[in-house]
Amino acid sequence: MENIFDRKGETAWCQGCGNFGIRNIVLKALAELGLKRNEVVYVSGIGQAAKAPQYYDVSYFNGLHGRSLPPAAGIKAANPSLNVIIESGDGDMYGEGGNHFIHAIRRNPNITVIVHNNMVYGLTKGQASPTSRIGFQTPIQINGVSETPINPLALAIALDASFVARGSAGEPEKTKDIIKRAISHKGFALVDVFQACVSFNKINTHKWFKEHTYFLEDSYDYKDKNMAFKRALEEDPMPLGIFYINENKTVFEDNLAAYKGSKEPLYKRNTDMGKLKELLEAKK
Amino acid sequence: MGKNIAPKSATKKDSNILSELIIVLAGEAGQGIQSIESILTGVIKNDGFNIFATKEYMSRVRGGVNSTEIRVSSSPVRSHTERIDLLIPLNDDAIPHLKNRISSKTVVIGDNTQVHYDKLVNIPFQRMATELGDAIYSNIIAVGVICGILKVLEEKLYIEIKTKFINKGEEVVAKNIEAAKSGYAIGRELNKNKIVNCVIAKNSSIKDDILINGSEAVALGAIAGGCDSVFAYPMTPGTGVFTALAGYSNKMGLVVEQVEDEIGVMNMALGAWYAGARAIVSTSGGGFALMTEAISLAGAIESPAVVHLAQRPGPATGLPTRTEQGDFNLVLYAGHGFFPRIIFSPGDVKEAFFLTQQAFNLADKYQVPVFILTDQYFTDSYYNIQQFKIESLTVEKNIVETNDSYKRYLLTKNGISPRGIPGFGTGTVCVDSDEHTEEGRITEDLDGVRLKMADKRMKKLNLIKKVAMKPVLIGNKKYKTLIISWGSNCNTIIEAMKIINNRDISFLHFPQVYPLPKVTGAYLKKAKKLILIENNQTGQFGDLIQMETGIALTNRVLKYNGMPFSVEELKKVLEK
Repeated sequence: MENIFDRKGETAWCQGCGNFGIRNIVLKALAELGLKRNEVVYVSGIGQAAKAPQYYDVSYFNGLHGRSLPPAAGIKAANPSLNVIIESGDGDMYGEGGNHFIHAIRRNPNITVIVHNNMVYGLTKGQASPTSRIGFQTPIQINGVSETPINPLALAIALDASFVARGSAGEPEKTKDIIKRAISHKGFALVDVFQACVSFNKINTHKWFKEHTYFLEDSYDYKDKNMAFKRALEEDPMPLGIFYINENKTVFEDNLAAYKGSKEPLYKRNTDMGKLKELLEAKK
Repeated sequence: MGKNIAPKSATKKDSNILSELIIVLAGEAGQGIQSIESILTGVIKNDGFNIFATKEYMSRVRGGVNSTEIRVSSSPVRSHTERIDLLIPLNDDAIPHLKNRISSKTVVIGDNTQVHYDKLVNIPFQRMATELGDAIYSNIIAVGVICGILKVLEEKLYIEIKTKFINKGEEVVAKNIEAAKSGYAIGRELNKNKIVNCVIAKNSSIKDDILINGSEAVALGAIAGGCDSVFAYPMTPGTGVFTALAGYSNKMGLVVEQVEDEIGVMNMALGAWYAGARAIVSTSGGGFALMTEAISLAGAIESPAVVHLAQRPGPATGLPTRTEQGDFNLVLYAGHGFFPRIIFSPGDVKEAFFLTQQAFNLADKYQVPVFILTDQYFTDSYYNIQQFKIESLTVEKNIVETNDSYKRYLLTKNGISPRGIPGFGTGTVCVDSDEHTEEGRITEDLDGVRLKMADKRMKKLNLIKKVAMKPVLIGNKKYKTLIISWGSNCNTIIEAMKIINNRDISFLHFPQVYPLPKVTGAYLKKAKKLILIENNQTGQFGDLIQMETGIALTNRVLKYNGMPFSVEELKKVLEK
């Protein structure tokens, strides 16, 4: 069956790139959820992963490097009924966008954040990313990375993010299920997805990710924050799956004064000039 | 108490009767200047006096010296003066702080246990307050004194106090009224004994005026323009607009979000516009510096945006609570790459209200960022003015419903593409910071698409130029000398001109500073002498005028010490 979100054509990705795997996973997830095309808005920053929205047939806001999260919250504020999905890379989300990542988790808009994590910068040709592992050599970090990599899951759990998960491009079925859960979840949902960069990361390859990851066991309780944090800190092998869900958090757009009285998106509303008149009268 | 307040040396002749009283309250942050001011200005205005108030303060929560200037007059007053008729210092530091403004005619009243000044008119505020049960009442006694001097209708004062303190219980109300009464009696004596010799005519229609500051005018103007959301990070003096809108948010149903930084602020606002909101951001120079990348994004994706920037002196943190017009060039050139924009600079609160209203319609129509450039002096100053007429205002929305073949950047004759939003219609709305095709997809077609898109954006500048708001000529149409200025200097220049009363001098005020209105050159050519007045170090707006008209502006009156121009300063300039 034709996938309504599929946009055929050339991409700017290398042959064998993990981005293709993630794209196929996301396309299936969107179709299986039965979402309508004009209900979905994609947001991304800049980078090879951030080009993803270009290759779906959806509305998108392809903004600035590191700045996918603020417009996503702005879109939810303007029209909460839109299904907002971010796809961006590890550099965009955890490096340039690091401050927004922290505060978007606190803000908790109902969005899904899919981060392509290949532990390297692709578009700028092979420099270290915030998730590059210690010792990883690049044309800039010629003696190897010495800075501690970001652990996005542990960070998100520490901030009490409402949904925290990790998938892998090499595990399409289970990752698709995770992404479907993330999109259906109400609140900020992070899905970090491991992928290989075939051009600039010769260490963390498809094979490497297969060998250094495993899925959390079926009996794992994702409501236990302490356990989630502990499991997120496991370094080798690294678990995949849903680490943590907190459904008791206030959702950003629900709490805005704009939606206390009406659920209508802002574009449908008219300014109440009578109330404005009252505000002006109050200045007497 | 009479013996304290009637030194014979201070008695003045009747020829010195003032029809305007300029009062300055000065003291530490946290000493209560603001609470005195807030009760006082409301009562005075409602009793039919014209009023203007402005403040200068230090960037600290406690201590230091802050002062509030309150002009009470029988005719409208709208600008800052050096002159002080009545000074009420609340501590010893206030006197040296204001020494340049204290003249032989300035009456200084205060409590001699707290303020030491050889010509002090002593009022034992502390002792009187303690007798009432708490030192806290001294501020209300001071309010009473001023109302007594002005001969404010007593009932109005007590009603205001009741309204103010009713939440704290009847006893507190009664004590405060008692405090105000004792102050009022002293004030009456000071006035009758001609120690403070003023007779200010009241006009009952003034009570129907509104009392509004620059921040509130911008905030209310935004609502009148259909603003439904505000994103900001607190930064003095831009915070006032944010606070005002937050205050109106429950009533008006607004989106209000304090974002983690100004980078996030501007990007969030663009996301909101993209999805159909009409958002404003409010900041100052330093915060705006962080927004510039997203201003460029607004240019690329042709997003509407409304930015209020209240200027303060830089560079960097500069003087956080002071005023300057130093960010004109920053706003004019903010953002990499070329894209059109509009910059407004309101000269008074009424203009601020209507320009901000317009800003939303223009931003939406031309899909460009529109800037409202104010400053600390402008945002913090307030005065009575006739109620704004909003009946004829319209919120013009230009959003279209999309269909399957919708193209966000459709090439049109005038450069404006119909703006769809996601979720309204069946089409997809794709916006991209990369150079893009009509569909909004990345392109590197240099000689085809790139040039067309760049030219499309330039076409919008040409449209905007055509509708640029004309400058306002104040004074005689036949002038020899023309003053050129923008923004908050407007009323000070007008007042100085009134005093000089020279029909050869006129003033050209620019509510829109960019794109420069076409008629500018014609106005300038008619003058024999041009005087540029700007509250910055180099004359940034003057440079733009020179560049665009080819007319040299060599006579520049510039001020950049962190204070606004005073009427006296500009009077001297015009007398030359």
